[in-house]
Amino acid sequence: MTTPAVLVLEDGRLFRGTGFGAEGATFGEAVFCTAMTGYQETLSDPSYHRQVVVMTAPHIGNTGMNDEDLESSRIWVAGFVVRELSPRPSNWRSQRTLSDDLAHFGVIGISGVDTRALTRHLRERGVMRVGIFTGDRSRESLDTLVSAVTSSPGMEGADLTAEVTTPATYVVPAVGERRFRVAAVDLGIKAMTPRLMAERGIEVHVVPAGISAGDLTSGEFDGVFLSNGPGDPATADSSVLLAQSVLAADVPLFGICFGNQILGRAAGLGTYKLRYGHRGINQPVQDRATGKVEVTAHNHGFAVAAPLERAVDTPYGPLEVSHVCLNDDVVEGLRFTDARAFSVQYHPEAAAGPHDSAYLFDRFVDLMGGGR
Amino acid sequence: MPRREDLKSVMVIGSGPIVIGQACEFDYSGTQACRVLRSEGLRVILVNSNPATIMTDPEFADATYIEPITPEMVERIIERERPDALLPTLGGQTALNTAMALHRAGVLQRYNVELIGADVDAIERGENRELFKGIVASIGAESARSVICHSIAECIAAVDTLGYPMVVRPSFTMGGSGSGIAYNEEDLRRIAGAGLQASPTTEILLEESILGWKEYELELMRDRNDNVVVICSIENLDPMGVHTGDSITVAPAVTLTDREYQHMRDVGIAIIRAVGVDTGGCNIQFAIHPEDGRLIVIEMNPRVSRSSALASKATGFPIAKIAARLAIGYTLDEIPNDITGVTPASFEPTLDYIVVKIPRFAFEKFPQADPVLTTHMKSVGEAMAIGRSFTEALQKALRSLEDRTAPFCWPGSPSDLDRQALLAKSSIPTDGRLGTVQRGLWAGITVAEMHAATAIDPWFLDQIVLINGVADEVRAVDALDEDILRLAKRHGFSDRQIADLRGLAEADVRSLRHQLGVRPVYKTVDTCAAEFAARTPYHYSSYDSETEVEPSDRQKVLILGSGPNRIGQGIEFDYSCVHAAMALREAGYETIMINCNPETVSTDYDTSDRLYFEPLSLEDVLEIFHAESASGTVVGAIVQLGGQTPLGLAQGLAEAGVPIVGTSPEAIHRAEERGAFGRLLKEANLPAPRHGTASSFDEAKVIADEVGYPVLVRPSFVLGGRGMEIVYDESMLADFLQRATDVNPEHPVLVDHFLDDAIEIDVDALYDGTELFLGGVMEHIEEAGIHSGDSACALPPITLGAEVIDRIRESTTLLAAGIGVRGLLNVQYALAGDVLYVLEANPRASRTVPFVSKATAVPLAKAAARVMLGATIAHLREIGMLPALGDGGELPPNSPVCVKEAVLPFGKFLGIDTVLGPEMRSTGEVMGIDRTFGVAFAKAQAGAMSALPTSGTVFISVANRDKRSMIFPVKRLHDLGFEIAATEGTAEILRRNGVPSRILRKLRDGTGPNGEPTTVDAILTGEVDLIVNTPYGVGTRLDGYEIRTAAVLTGRPCITTVQGLAAAVQGIEALIAGEVTVRSLQEYSNDLWDERRAAVLRSNGKPKLGEA
Repeated sequence: MTTPAVLVLEDGRLFRGTGFGAEGATFGEAVFCTAMTGYQETLSDPSYHRQVVVMTAPHIGNTGMNDEDLESSRIWVAGFVVRELSPRPSNWRSQRTLSDDLAHFGVIGISGVDTRALTRHLRERGVMRVGIFTGDRSRESLDTLVSAVTSSPGMEGADLTAEVTTPATYVVPAVGERRFRVAAVDLGIKAMTPRLMAERGIEVHVVPAGISAGDLTSGEFDGVFLSNGPGDPATADSSVLLAQSVLAADVPLFGICFGNQILGRAAGLGTYKLRYGHRGINQPVQDRATGKVEVTAHNHGFAVAAPLERAVDTPYGPLEVSHVCLNDDVVEGLRFTDARAFSVQYHPEAAAGPHDSAYLFDRFVDLMGGGR
Repeated sequence: MPRREDLKSVMVIGSGPIVIGQACEFDYSGTQACRVLRSEGLRVILVNSNPATIMTDPEFADATYIEPITPEMVERIIERERPDALLPTLGGQTALNTAMALHRAGVLQRYNVELIGADVDAIERGENRELFKGIVASIGAESARSVICHSIAECIAAVDTLGYPMVVRPSFTMGGSGSGIAYNEEDLRRIAGAGLQASPTTEILLEESILGWKEYELELMRDRNDNVVVICSIENLDPMGVHTGDSITVAPAVTLTDREYQHMRDVGIAIIRAVGVDTGGCNIQFAIHPEDGRLIVIEMNPRVSRSSALASKATGFPIAKIAARLAIGYTLDEIPNDITGVTPASFEPTLDYIVVKIPRFAFEKFPQADPVLTTHMKSVGEAMAIGRSFTEALQKALRSLEDRTAPFCWPGSPSDLDRQALLAKSSIPTDGRLGTVQRGLWAGITVAEMHAATAIDPWFLDQIVLINGVADEVRAVDALDEDILRLAKRHGFSDRQIADLRGLAEADVRSLRHQLGVRPVYKTVDTCAAEFAARTPYHYSSYDSETEVEPSDRQKVLILGSGPNRIGQGIEFDYSCVHAAMALREAGYETIMINCNPETVSTDYDTSDRLYFEPLSLEDVLEIFHAESASGTVVGAIVQLGGQTPLGLAQGLAEAGVPIVGTSPEAIHRAEERGAFGRLLKEANLPAPRHGTASSFDEAKVIADEVGYPVLVRPSFVLGGRGMEIVYDESMLADFLQRATDVNPEHPVLVDHFLDDAIEIDVDALYDGTELFLGGVMEHIEEAGIHSGDSACALPPITLGAEVIDRIRESTTLLAAGIGVRGLLNVQYALAGDVLYVLEANPRASRTVPFVSKATAVPLAKAAARVMLGATIAHLREIGMLPALGDGGELPPNSPVCVKEAVLPFGKFLGIDTVLGPEMRSTGEVMGIDRTFGVAFAKAQAGAMSALPTSGTVFISVANRDKRSMIFPVKRLHDLGFEIAATEGTAEILRRNGVPSRILRKLRDGTGPNGEPTTVDAILTGEVDLIVNTPYGVGTRLDGYEIRTAAVLTGRPCITTVQGLAAAVQGIEALIAGEVTVRSLQEYSNDLWDERRAAVLRSNGKPKLGEA
């Protein structure tokens, strides 16, 4: 038996499909992700908290779900929209179906949607709120459904860090000899990030976002890492203050994604919301120092506003844009020329995505080791 | 880094004739490259022997040499043109091997020519299996365990390490030629023996079997700043063991998690870096163990490949174009993505659709060939389809094949099917295996059982189960309603499949569907899954909710392409379609191309204003017409240029209200229906061989007796002489009719008196309703009875006088007027006893249009497109598209002679007889052009990869009826210094005529007591340089079979007609005399047009032709 389902955007556009996973109604910000692989990593990426993710790849669920590829302990997306749900997964590592996992975590999915039409809509009009209604709720009038969507909270001004951060510190031990100890501030961190640091001899202490600045700068840690995460960076004042303290104490600092926005704000730059964001694993980013292009994994709806042509003076010395997205010139990386801190807007840990940018973790190691 | 300023001129080498493993994808790549290089202001020098290519059109290069792609010939061109650089990576293995030979011979160094795109070391590392294995190991990846062997003894010794089955792969061959899988020592000796022969370095690789593993390909590009991107991943539905070219393939890969995919990507990137391809693309093949994920690197091509063409069409990312830009110094981030216009090429395309490619085979042409698919490529073409799901794309691809047995079907009930038989049949990879798999799953074989039997990934099998489930639902519902139609359509069912399931007519399903408003929408291939707006209207259909066809107020013309390449319908037709698009675009129309062949130039999004990558079925074309009519005005559809495929749709389209421009469907029918055509000939008083139409053996027998044996018999409405035979007596006639199973009143058999010893003449002409323009008159070298597509021909005709040409012009005019042609007409005549017989007339573009266009320097297909849309020949003469005076029947006296020669795939199908007959079997063609017939013929032979020798031994064995005509040419060969070898009877006749010869033993007599070789021994040991063997009859297995097979095995030229022998002697004489010249097509063309202008001045502006 198939479950009828509808997807309703806040501007009234409606798509019909079939429900899968959990049943009922769900709300969030509609965003599209253009990755052709890695739906499991996407689902379990805390940065997608409160977002309804539209996958542009037409077949989803092909490789099932396994325990190894989860990026956190749960599925975070608020809803999942696909064109074709594979009835049968096929992969030697598959343990469960996508549908079962969504149901287990209470996440509503909808399949059979013209995801390309939906993506074009979001591209032209920008991301917006959305609701997915399955079963009986799908039969309610469009007006009722639209008003349900418009009364749900939006993403701008959303402070979601508290909802995704770890309740208590946990340690990911270094692989082999421990060379450094790093505090990774969990703003929505993915499992691959500490793993890649650990592989480089870093003992990673994943700490709650509410950690005090003093704990970070007490000398216990050789470096501080600011993770990715959901929400509007403009609301993340406490994280910005943390970053400022770390900068002031000259502890080596590396931030990614949300962490890049925090670092930018800490330096006095502004952040803004992109019309439809960058979500995918094929984004060309240029390292402006070398001119080389890396193909990168992105998941961001906000970006830092910074001039590309010159460095900005900050209380911590000059700050320059180190990386830029060649598709649209969005700022993709920041680097202090004097202070020991840098960040990128994208995901060097990939998962899902290409491994082109893993060198950034080496750069962090170099920074802690006394290099520049 | 901007483009290199030190390069001013670049030589591009094409891939030569279309052969299995190297088809028109290299015309697509080469054409793109030439366009790019010229747009960058470089002087482009092109070498390609294939006249049917777009790239050899004079406007695509500054100097185009239609010459054999041999190191010697290319060296002469280099000497003449002195290019700064040579780009060898866009012309397949042929170009790469030629470039390497030029490098080894020191030619590139001597003339200071730089190899660009990939350097010598990179090519070596990528192509040399031992070096490549080392590279793979050095980056920490795995290859299959293997041993390199140079002899059979080494092969046998390797069994201990590898065990059976093992894979045999010769080095430096294309399309997997000479490779295979050995299950035991006998296999090993046979395959390895042939492989050592096929490899130019006598080297083969034996490796552990990875049969049944999952197979993948990645297409990568790298620039000189070391940026690397993966353009496309491709997953083979057919697992390891079937050559990729023969496999059903899917893009993107669908059964890998991100971790597994990224691991493959990491390995691919490490390989392209280590091999050192630094300004271009490469293709890497991988195998993955289905149960533990072990990844093995199979091989790489350090060049643009067949898969790159597929990947370009599948993603919208034009690999060849970008490769050409990288080769001249740009980096990926400096090159814009054409499709979005705003983003750079330094990204990885992402797809929001599924692409399925299915190969097309021609086993019906080679009944003796082994139909089992192996690592040795056997397919002759492919169709690609795009859908929003795998099921949709798969079913579209199956109907794109235009093989009525290909689409899935559900006859009877699943319980009637024999599961065990279906399972057993499914386990052997053959053409059409997927249909067996589908019926097996429908019959209740489980996915697990089917996976165990076929190693096809369960995900694909499950999708087929899904299709079967939908079929069952379609059959089970009380009545067809919107929901069930939408469901079926979303999974790719055609109206015909639905009709068959419901016992309805296709038209009824269609009209019901239209009433219910169930129509496809058209999505766009945009490289980015809609993240950015696309500027290029490259569309595919899907039953989804939103269409992307933009309205337009221009006059639109639909051009129907020719579908997958097959024998008899190949690149030549694509050529005409592309020309129509170019000419009509120039004339201000909006051109809309419909085709499903990923190898072609026509499916390049740059070729037309809009491209629909769709099956060429009536349903699919009608839906496009509907969509385009809803967004503007379609003034016409062109069906004359794509061969039989679109022509077959003409009637149905016209009935549905599509305006067919050019020759009307009624006129097409007049030419194709024998009764109507016979009446037409009678009225015009044109002689034709006596003939009749039969729908049973009894009828055929009566007709044959009436018209007299021998008779030519064939089914009606076919292309490429399919099923055509020359029958000498009643028992052969009975045999033919027994084999032609489909004969009935709707599909009758045509029986024609066969004209022995006639000269066959091929004519391409243009007719506008009042004036005829004779495009070209080609005289066949071989006599009538050998399919025109397999026969060599010369233009201008070498033995026909002006009086015959005038008669041809008159007859052709009468035919064109009688049929009602508006556009192109191809006529085949036979001249016998001074009577000009009409053999057949086809009111469409023929296979020879590109050859004629190049030989006469007149763009015939462009002119045809204009005529079809109402332009007159007089007008085209005025605007200079056609000569102001005269036509292709009267070329200036010093025009060059052009010879077209067919290229046959016998080397790919060992064991089949190579005798030419009325059924076409060639895959491609080459052109030789020079001052005289002899040299042009010799060049054509060299281009066709059977170069004539200038010394050595000629073995002669001819049928009795040919003995008289052989004496003079054989005597001449003897005078030219050749040793003549013959069997006893022939030797005696030669002796009586004063030609000494060495006697070889007949095969059936065996080797002599003192080791005297048999004919076959002598050929196999390489003692013979040229073989002349004419068959002793036609249609049965013959004595000469082993001789000809031995010739194929050793790659020696083998002539099977006396006319061919006479031409070869002229060629050999010319080669010995050293009369070979090298001249560009542009130079020849300028001379021709200068002469034409001079003729106008001489005639004082008074037209002397076309007025009568």
